[in-house]
Amino acid sequence: MATTKPVIDLARVTKTYGEGETAVHAVAGVDLVVERGDYVAVMGASGSGKSTLMNIIGCLDEPTRGRYLLDGVDVRRRQEATLSRIRNRKIGFIFQSFNLIPRTSALRNVELPLAYAGVKPGERRARALAALDKVGLADRTDHEPSQLSGGQQQRVAVARAIVTEPVLLLADEPTGALDSHSTADVLDLFDELSAAGRTIVVITHEVEVAHRAKRILRMRDGLIVADDRTVPVHELPPAFRVKAAAS
Amino acid sequence: MNIQESTRFAIQGVTANKVRSALTTLGILIGVAAVIILVAVGTGSSKAVADSISKLGSNVLTVSSTSTSAGGGRAGAGGPGGSGGFAALFGGGSATTTDSGTKSRSPQLTMEDARALTDKTTAPDIEGVAPVVSAQSVTATYQGASHSVGTFTGTTAAYLLINNDSIATGSAFTDADYNDHARVAVVGTTVAKDLAGGDGTSIVGKTVAFNGKEFTVVGILGSKGSQGPQDQDDVVLAPATAVQDTLSGYGSISQIKVKAASADTTSAAQTQVETVLDGRHGTTSSDRDFSVFNQAQILSAASSSNATFTVLLGAVAAISLLVGGIGVMNIMLVTVTERTREIGIRKAIGAGKGDIVSQFLLEAVILSLFGAIVGVAVGLIGAHFTIVGVQPVVAPYSVILAFGVALATGLFFGLYPANRAAKLRPIDALRYE
Ligand SMILES: Nc1ncnc2c1ncn2[C@@H]1O[C@H](COP(=O)(O)OP(=O)(O)OP(=O)(O)O)[C@@H](O)[C@H]1O
Ligand SMILES: [Mg+2]
Repeated sequence: MATTKPVIDLARVTKTYGEGETAVHAVAGVDLVVERGDYVAVMGASGSGKSTLMNIIGCLDEPTRGRYLLDGVDVRRRQEATLSRIRNRKIGFIFQSFNLIPRTSALRNVELPLAYAGVKPGERRARALAALDKVGLADRTDHEPSQLSGGQQQRVAVARAIVTEPVLLLADEPTGALDSHSTADVLDLFDELSAAGRTIVVITHEVEVAHRAKRILRMRDGLIVADDRTVPVHELPPAFRVKAAAS
Repeated sequence: MNIQESTRFAIQGVTANKVRSALTTLGILIGVAAVIILVAVGTGSSKAVADSISKLGSNVLTVSSTSTSAGGGRAGAGGPGGSGGFAALFGGGSATTTDSGTKSRSPQLTMEDARALTDKTTAPDIEGVAPVVSAQSVTATYQGASHSVGTFTGTTAAYLLINNDSIATGSAFTDADYNDHARVAVVGTTVAKDLAGGDGTSIVGKTVAFNGKEFTVVGILGSKGSQGPQDQDDVVLAPATAVQDTLSGYGSISQIKVKAASADTTSAAQTQVETVLDGRHGTTSSDRDFSVFNQAQILSAASSSNATFTVLLGAVAAISLLVGGIGVMNIMLVTVTERTREIGIRKAIGAGKGDIVSQFLLEAVILSLFGAIVGVAVGLIGAHFTIVGVQPVVAPYSVILAFGVALATGLFFGLYPANRAAKLRPIDALRYE
């Protein structure tokens, strides 16, 4: 397993907004390698560049400088069409504000990435139903976002993120808009996904959320200033170890 | 991602805001229906004119005066009702009035001109001649009812034959009535119904006052319907002699209707009319003060003016279609702005430019397609009703054209908003609130 290429490989990556004196170095030179199966939390004060970094990792934005290999593929200066295909195949996004398509059923929302990937309707439906089942919403498939609670909406978003079996799950403050109960639901899901071998990067302000990860990065002024590993990459996430120890 | 998928998203988009989509569709609907109906009205009125002219037969000639020296703007074919009013101003008395300041010859058509044309030796190919004397602003009164007569014509019995008029009730007036200056009249159905009520037949045999002059109604004409806004049953025919005695005065006459023996001899008859009248007026083909039209010429003049009319109607309707198209574009721009975040989400999870373009373009096309289909239906139904006296005749080209233009409008006006949506960077679109 050690021979597989890392999911994320950033080298001296910067992102600068504006020019000259007013230039903002949102990401000021980041080197980061995330191995397959890792579960990484990114913390940092507001404005430290976490979202900017996530947008670069998620191929939603181009770095100003530096090299980025996603799953071994250099994604700099790609055509827009190529980038959307890469996002579709390799990355699952989970946003703070859920970002489901309004007035569209949970099932259709989860099917959407498969539709853009060109998967046939029958298979698409089966896979979307399986994903919804995995997040515990098998009985809510026909509900529209407005008919679901925040926690349920976020679970639909998780289902949509995992339905394409992406190599990387990217979550930007996924529990920022949720109460403690729904937060626990979503974090349990992440634990399961991590235990199943998925690579997860979570941006968060909450220490409790960060402590569920195997590795915690801290950012300040566009730089990674701390990188603490609590659990080795290929072991179960911390929550499972606590459970295992308790029993 | 295939077209079915895009169509489904587009339909979802259209149905998400039903009232707004319906109103947008209405713009296209009205445009398409307007094109179809207005072009049908134009076509219908052309057809009505052509029908009524061809009903007269191809062997009828109309002689009108064109007072070149008086310059009174009376040139052209002109309907009944040209010079009678002017002649009436002279108070009557002389059959040959002379316009002041012009050559000292009769510049107008006279009863004598009409009589001369009946001479079989000089005009062997002419079968019938009818002078037309018009009386202006005639009001008929009968037992307290009054009716403003559309066309009051003084003529001879031959007129009915030439004009293909039939008598539905009673009888026509005769040549004897003409010679006797008999105050008898034949009225159209509109006049009869208006004055006597019911089907109007009770008026036969009764005395009706026209501008105070009493005439006995001897018959009612067969109904001819309307030709455009002109009601062809709103007419009164009476012997020209009696009309001159009472209503128009003895001035010039407006027209002379001439019937050639057959369609083949029409041009020979036309030459004979010109020769006889040139001889009487002392004119040649270069300075003629009258003109002779055959039905074909009138038909082509009428149909060319009707074609202009149809084009104008069509243009007005096309503008409303354009306005409908701009409405589609407007709503699509609003939709794209409103759904910026949705576009961002779609792009983030893998939608390509083409997916977004086709989704929004299809939305615009669905709006205009729906409007066009309903518009065609409304147009076809609307064309069944008589509009301003015209029975519309749907021109197939207008249906195809309106439908096609509506679709093209949707495509054209949808393209810009769709492209705008597709060009959004996912990162900006996601950040949009
Ligand atoms: N589009 C932009 N144009 C200019 N400056 C930007 C832009 N986006 C981000 N920035 C700046 O880059 C810096 C980092 O922003 P970023 O959104 O990455 O912070 P963050 O760590 O995610 O903060 P938070 O925890 O509040 O979400 C900030 O100073 C911000 O003002
Ligand atoms: Mg942020």
